[in-house]
Amino acid sequence: MTGTGNINSKVQANVQAIIASLKDKPGALLPILHGIQDELGYIPAETVPAIADALNLSRAEVHGCISFYHYFRDTPPGKTTIHLCRAESCQAMGSKALEEHVKSRLGIDYHETTTDGAFSLEPVYCLGLCACSPSMQVGNEVYGRVSAESFDNTIKQVGSLS
Amino acid sequence: MSITIYVPCDSAALCLGADKVASRIVEEAEKRNITINLIRNGSRGLFWLEPLVEVETDKGRIAYGPVQPSEVSSLFDADFLTGDTHPLALGLTEELPYLKKQERLTFARVGITDPVNLDDYLAHDGYRGLKNALAMTGADIVKHVTDSGLRGRGGAAFPTGIKWNTVLNTASEQKYIICNADEGDSGTYSDRMIMEDDPFVLIEGMTIAGIAVGATQGYIYLRVEYPHSFQALNTAINKAYETGYLGDNILNSGLKFDLEVRLGAGAYICGEETSLMESLEGKRGLVRFKPPLPAISGLFGKPTVVNNVISLASVPIILDKGGEYYKNYGMGRSRGTLPIQLAGNLKYPGLIELAFGVTLRELLYDYGGGSASGRPIKAVQVGGPLGAYLPESQFDTLVDYEAFAAIWAVLGHGGIVAFDDTVDMAEMARYSMEFCKIESCGKCTPCRIGSTRGMEVIEDIMKGHDLNKNIPLLRDLCNTLLNGSLCALGGMTPYPVLSALNHFPADFGIADQADAA
Repeated sequence: MTGTGNINSKVQANVQAIIASLKDKPGALLPILHGIQDELGYIPAETVPAIADALNLSRAEVHGCISFYHYFRDTPPGKTTIHLCRAESCQAMGSKALEEHVKSRLGIDYHETTTDGAFSLEPVYCLGLCACSPSMQVGNEVYGRVSAESFDNTIKQVGSLS
Repeated sequence: MSITIYVPCDSAALCLGADKVASRIVEEAEKRNITINLIRNGSRGLFWLEPLVEVETDKGRIAYGPVQPSEVSSLFDADFLTGDTHPLALGLTEELPYLKKQERLTFARVGITDPVNLDDYLAHDGYRGLKNALAMTGADIVKHVTDSGLRGRGGAAFPTGIKWNTVLNTASEQKYIICNADEGDSGTYSDRMIMEDDPFVLIEGMTIAGIAVGATQGYIYLRVEYPHSFQALNTAINKAYETGYLGDNILNSGLKFDLEVRLGAGAYICGEETSLMESLEGKRGLVRFKPPLPAISGLFGKPTVVNNVISLASVPIILDKGGEYYKNYGMGRSRGTLPIQLAGNLKYPGLIELAFGVTLRELLYDYGGGSASGRPIKAVQVGGPLGAYLPESQFDTLVDYEAFAAIWAVLGHGGIVAFDDTVDMAEMARYSMEFCKIESCGKCTPCRIGSTRGMEVIEDIMKGHDLNKNIPLLRDLCNTLLNGSLCALGGMTPYPVLSALNHFPADFGIADQADAA
């Protein structure tokens, strides 16, 4: 089975091109999953049969791999994803209070997306910015020594929330 | 004549606004008709001073920091390109005591050079180790690494030379070099700094490893949380291919070594070497049973060297200056230097590379300046989320693998996270179990189920429920995790949990140590 179900034919062609360009690498599954998520923002369930077919794996194996890794997602993310560090160094600098502020400001918990689709919130266990704790990543940008106030300013600049 | 200005591109500088400072400097120079040569260097690792701007002068590089974008025009007003009178002026960078007291071997170039400029790398002793290695036999290269006393800097501290020797002596048509760049421990960032700020040194180290053991393919397994490292490594790898430092005929030696960066996907467990190899093979990152050792049957069943970033990045200087040179630093069985990372609640957090043998107290107070909050430091966690919490009474412990093992703690990857007296150690113990629950690969029962039960029992303890029953239960559970887990995730989660319980019983609602038993 090679069909990609409900996603449109242009997306399907993109996915097929990604799979074709990477499938001959040794251990190609993670590179392919990254390729698809980079392109679409997530890995639609409809793409699993095509991946499985190209790599001679079962769909269960592909699905199992997607679900194992925290970074891969099978639902579309918001326009901007916020990765907030929950690890020890950031906790030592008040990330728990920041976490509460962020959740109430956005009105969502981890792994959720704001109703307007502007932001998704994900926990991250260390960005390697432990000398600038607490830290976060918003889209592709990293931020250190984040306070409730600087978070609000960043969000205002980045997104549609006022 | 143009004046050279340095603004770091390390992500820790970027997260404090270095890009904005750099673009403000360019704008301001243009406005004032001053010709400048802006170089994006790595970070010196003095993070409370970032963004740290440096100006090249006849006397040396003069530092200014921390520079905010709004302060750039005042720097120009104070004529910072020729004088050093601005309030942010710190004098000669090399003379800053925090930096001057260090012994930078692996980090010799970090913060000084443009990370992805190969000419800069070569001008600062780069690729001298590889050139020496190309004139040696594999066994001689391995001997230098063995003689240096280098032990795995990822945390396990296994002698690197012995690992390489096993791969060298295992016959196979295909062998692999894997760099474990899945630096997921909180409080650690030395791997990230090497990859962002001096990527060629890692490439050189891996190439030497390949030549030494007869491996022609290398993989850097990089965590996806490090996009700046991904970019810097790929830029440097492309340049190395263009100039014959990687590929089919390295520096016309007839030897081949290919190198590729592969991204992880947010699984902490993939820092465990067998799980990492499963992931590289395109599978769920489930831990493998050992034996067989990866050195005998590793990636795709072939002999494989798996080393941490810092281990591999320390190889070029060992091959440049000889194993004995490196071995002359350090103490006991901990030879050479360790890039220590100060993090958490400290006034002066940063990267400190020193020979083994410094005390924790010197690091926390002489370098770190005490807590950032000004309150007493209550506990420090050394060695990442699986490392023990140490109370003030243990701050005189020496940075040495054996000294840490003697107090039932781990030095690990050299990350130190300080907490002030507002921390609740029962909550930190609960978090350790929660982290283990989230990151467990699920293969072995003690880790998969024990972490969930551990979190529940600590929550009960935090509510004061049935302490006489629950404290022994927690200890019993930790014992199962310690002895019954397949890998270090389940096997070491008891370190932070039990050290918190033993050293800070009051936080668990227990009066003293005797009750905690």
